[in-house]
Amino acid sequence: MNVTAKLSALRETGWHEYVIRFVLGGAATALTGLVAKVYGPATGGLFLAFPAIFVASASLIEMHERKRKQKKGLKGSRRGREAAALDAAGAALGSLALLVFAAMVWSLAHRWGGLALFAAFAAWCIVSVFLWRVRRALRCTARSKSSSGIHIRDA
Amino acid sequence: MQEFLLRFCIGGLAVSAFAVLSDIFRPKSFAGLFGAAPSIALSTLAIALSQHGSDYMAVEARSMVVGSAALCLYCIVVCRLMKRHGLRALLATAGALIVWIAIAFAGKWAFLGS
Repeated sequence: MNVTAKLSALRETGWHEYVIRFVLGGAATALTGLVAKVYGPATGGLFLAFPAIFVASASLIEMHERKRKQKKGLKGSRRGREAAALDAAGAALGSLALLVFAAMVWSLAHRWGGLALFAAFAAWCIVSVFLWRVRRALRCTARSKSSSGIHIRDA
Repeated sequence: MQEFLLRFCIGGLAVSAFAVLSDIFRPKSFAGLFGAAPSIALSTLAIALSQHGSDYMAVEARSMVVGSAALCLYCIVVCRLMKRHGLRALLATAGALIVWIAIAFAGKWAFLGS
């Protein structure tokens, strides 16, 4: 399956869901600043990778998928969980790219200043897409191997 | 107070922007990448750089390396809790926060000291 952009998906998200994300994101950023101020940047830095909005976004994904299936007359609870689990699997790859982002800012901050943030963000984009493609290729290879195994057994 | 309002607005906008990208893209596993986008990090580090300089930003980024490793393990645990154990998203994501906290602080203690 290729990567596609579906703008109509935005209509499925209610305005209150955007408000929830904005408030949670804003609160998490403000709280991170507060932690850094009280306990120092070494502790505050940890919270730059805190899964603050993950709880809300995974629940929203599960709810959307469940509703979609329920419109078709199905229960949809299993599909909802699976969609949220797939999102979490993608986020696991994204967090490895986030590690690269942080390492780049750490190593380049002294020499590059603000440019380090741009370079690190570019690295996050490249690494996350690369890891996603590698995982996809590995899964396809494993799937084709298992299906050819079935053929052999069938034969 | 003004600083926290600024952080709130910039962070809220950054998180919302990545959330929109996550809504638009398919398949779901690709959209999930944006769940770990450096939304909070970009805004916080930019503010840190402008207020405290590059040394401060570098210290925050060094800790973020540990936080990111904890986030990766957190996501794997969440994925397994939902796929293998059939837990609802809210329960799995909220319950696994203890994993992130434990790994992040243990990692900070082990690799960065104190």
